[in-house]
Amino acid sequence: MEIVGSRWKAPSNDVVSNLPLYRSAPLLEVRLEDFELFAMDRLRVLRGISDGLSRGKKPEEMQKLVNDLWKTNMRHTLSSEVINKDIISHFVLRLVYCRTEELRKWFLSMETTLFRNRFKLESSDAQRALMAEFDLPYKAVSTSEYESIKDKLGQVARSIGQSLPTADAIFYKVPFEEVPELVAGRRVFICKGYAYVAMNQVVSLVVTQFRSLLSKALILTNRKWTSTIREEKDRLAPIVETLCMSYLGPDYSQPKEFAEISIKDIDHVAKSSFPLCMRNLFEKLREDHHLKHGGRMQLGLFLKGVGLKLDDALAFWRAEFSQKVGAERFDKEYAYNIRHNYGKEGKRIDYTPYSCQKVISLTPGVGDHHGCPYRHFSEENLRAALGKMGLASRAVEDVMDKVRNRHYQLACTLTFEAVHGASCDTGINHPIQYFNDSQKVLQSKNNPSK
Amino acid sequence: MTKEEVEDGRDDMLIDGCEAEVPIQRLPPGFNANYLRVYYGKLFPYADIFKWMSYGNDGKHPACDKSYFGRREFSFTLDNDIYLRFQSFNNASELENAIREKCPFKIDIGPVYSVDPAKRHAYAQSGDNVFTPVERELVFDIDITDYDDVRYCCSGADVCLECWPLMTVAIKVIDSALRDDFGFNHILWAYSGRRGVHCWVCDRKARRLTNEQRGAIADYFRVYKGNENSHKKVSLTTVLHPFLVRSYTEVLRDFFETKLLSSQKIFSTEEKYEKILQLIPDESVTSDLRRKWQESKRSSSSKDDINVIRWEQLKQVLQSGRQKSQGLRRCVEEIVFSFTYPRLDMEVSKHMNHLLKAPFCVHPKTGHVCVPIDPNHCDEFDPTSVPTLSQLLEELNKGDMRDDADNELAETSLGKSIRFFRSSFLQPLLRSCKEELENSYNLKMQHSKNSMSW
Repeated sequence: MEIVGSRWKAPSNDVVSNLPLYRSAPLLEVRLEDFELFAMDRLRVLRGISDGLSRGKKPEEMQKLVNDLWKTNMRHTLSSEVINKDIISHFVLRLVYCRTEELRKWFLSMETTLFRNRFKLESSDAQRALMAEFDLPYKAVSTSEYESIKDKLGQVARSIGQSLPTADAIFYKVPFEEVPELVAGRRVFICKGYAYVAMNQVVSLVVTQFRSLLSKALILTNRKWTSTIREEKDRLAPIVETLCMSYLGPDYSQPKEFAEISIKDIDHVAKSSFPLCMRNLFEKLREDHHLKHGGRMQLGLFLKGVGLKLDDALAFWRAEFSQKVGAERFDKEYAYNIRHNYGKEGKRIDYTPYSCQKVISLTPGVGDHHGCPYRHFSEENLRAALGKMGLASRAVEDVMDKVRNRHYQLACTLTFEAVHGASCDTGINHPIQYFNDSQKVLQSKNNPSK
Repeated sequence: MTKEEVEDGRDDMLIDGCEAEVPIQRLPPGFNANYLRVYYGKLFPYADIFKWMSYGNDGKHPACDKSYFGRREFSFTLDNDIYLRFQSFNNASELENAIREKCPFKIDIGPVYSVDPAKRHAYAQSGDNVFTPVERELVFDIDITDYDDVRYCCSGADVCLECWPLMTVAIKVIDSALRDDFGFNHILWAYSGRRGVHCWVCDRKARRLTNEQRGAIADYFRVYKGNENSHKKVSLTTVLHPFLVRSYTEVLRDFFETKLLSSQKIFSTEEKYEKILQLIPDESVTSDLRRKWQESKRSSSSKDDINVIRWEQLKQVLQSGRQKSQGLRRCVEEIVFSFTYPRLDMEVSKHMNHLLKAPFCVHPKTGHVCVPIDPNHCDEFDPTSVPTLSQLLEELNKGDMRDDADNELAETSLGKSIRFFRSSFLQPLLRSCKEELENSYNLKMQHSKNSMSW
């Protein structure tokens, strides 16, 4: 076997970094249990990063957040195992997140942010060692070239509030395409297609490399996984398939924080406290007296989660569906499904309501109304839906802005805040949480004395 | 142009084909479908557009990608706003036939996709994003309507010789940065037909930029971050990036002081100069200037331009030794940037799959042909004298009816534009394309030779 770490022959001073580049999978023996636990821990880090990004945290705040997340979740009782945990968890999640474009995109973005912030914490010697590790084809700018553009480099440094480069400062000359973030911020001098990147900016360069290597690796992993999935059907596949769906926040499968809702309140409650995704399904159901499977699952489990009892649920669905397909057909074809959701049929598993993560990752097709409206609605329809919820145009614009940047949960959080006139500091992570928080706000409004 | 004129125009449609009688009277100006049909029949440079969009892949070289042109999206806007997207053509004659037959009021050019866009549905089933844009020129769209708060001669879609120089300035600033900073060589500027300019950067490297890289370039150019709720739309750092310094000293300052000041008379009335005073974040300075200008209104007898005088006064106050704050000194530049720096439509540049109107289209509102603009002589470009559809048809009618289409074209006022397009843009571009094809082929041969010997 080869431990990735053992290859780290630093070019000078034997500087060794603890930041792996994950170039090749380790040939370690891993206990199945660790396989899953390590991955869960890393996932907590990545989820935390995702949350931080969606809240628009500034670079310094992200740096702190990442550092804290890493320290909290990636410890190991054996210090020698820390690096293995890092590497193993990364490769497990690669397997988990290689399987669709959407998953790859998310994983790539979070791992890149993680890497960026860990790289910045390294000493400059270690950084240089890592650069060497990447085998970047870029050379430091020669003294004569440096002299010829010294003034411009100084101008750029001062324009971004940094001190003038010293005579022994190292600059790398790279194609501008390699450092898009530096170009976008006019943080580098660019001449004839080349950007002159200062030593303290190489993180951009390294991150671009990291990202592109990982991106390619994910595609390859996906191919390999598809070809080996059959062998792993009983061993790894179940773990891999549930990991990306598993929701690491509070468990909403059981708790009924608020007294159960009954059928007579349901219309009222839907209007006041359902998140847009559920409200939309609810209204469509009332309108069409029908929902396709995906919609029945998403809304049905949600209703269960907010406290609709099985008997009430059956009555509720029957009342709607019978208008379309007749009571008999409902009892024959649909009732089973509802009892199934409540764990009364089949495997008798009490199914968990969908989290935002799950709802966002759904892919509704023709005739489907489920999914996350912020992600799956056209801009026009979303605007109309938000207007119907009573959002002022200013609030709608704020929501649309988050949507454009694909921060769907943040868009939902903003909607919550606009509808309730109250802040939601934790952000919306689960439709049930939206419901609970909404009920809390409404109750405190009704009993202001409390 | 009024609606009546369009309808009248239909009766004059006698020019299609050689046997048509030559009408002596002037054609009514403007645009109509029948004129357009003649334009597409006799003047539109299909072969040039095809050559351009093929980037050398239409040749016989073994490295040519025969499917390249056929994967390009064209989209047509027909009469009555019928919009046909994802049209694709395998060769020049297919393109020509479709355009002649459909007579689109507008032709847009999109990206080159991974597969033929017309057959995208066949690939949609297989999932995993097989249908995706793979190449696209880096494009820019600059629109004079975005300058409405700094021009007083026109507003909206109108443009005149007083405000057009704002576009000229934009061309100069962007063109020089694209060449000197980013190292691009094959750049086409075109009049958009009414109120702005389009830019096509066609270097191989530019065509292969990712959306992120496109966004980075667009952001590099972004200085103006305005919205309707803020007055201060340009905010500069105390020391400027070399690109901004160059833009300022080589283009913007001179244009502002020698042209814009007097052409837009930006200090001439209280309403106008108040807008400028709002850009200065210092009460004492602004009240000082305001007092001076309110007095001088009554006593102005000087022959000098009042706008120049007031600008000099403003500069003197802001840049005098008394102003210790760097930020206040920066104010002079900020005012110049606010009024003159290019305002790009960012979204157009940021995404590969944004469509942009093809050069040599005819603008359906003005009848102007979207002709190329020479960035080296953009000062001489006059949007009001761009060939119009009716003017071209008149020229056709006057000229002898020849069989040789190329000659016919050359004799119209569009001939000059086409010649410029070929000599300054297309030919150098195709030369590089050929070199690149050969290089990549040689590299590949080398590679396979090496692996053979193993």
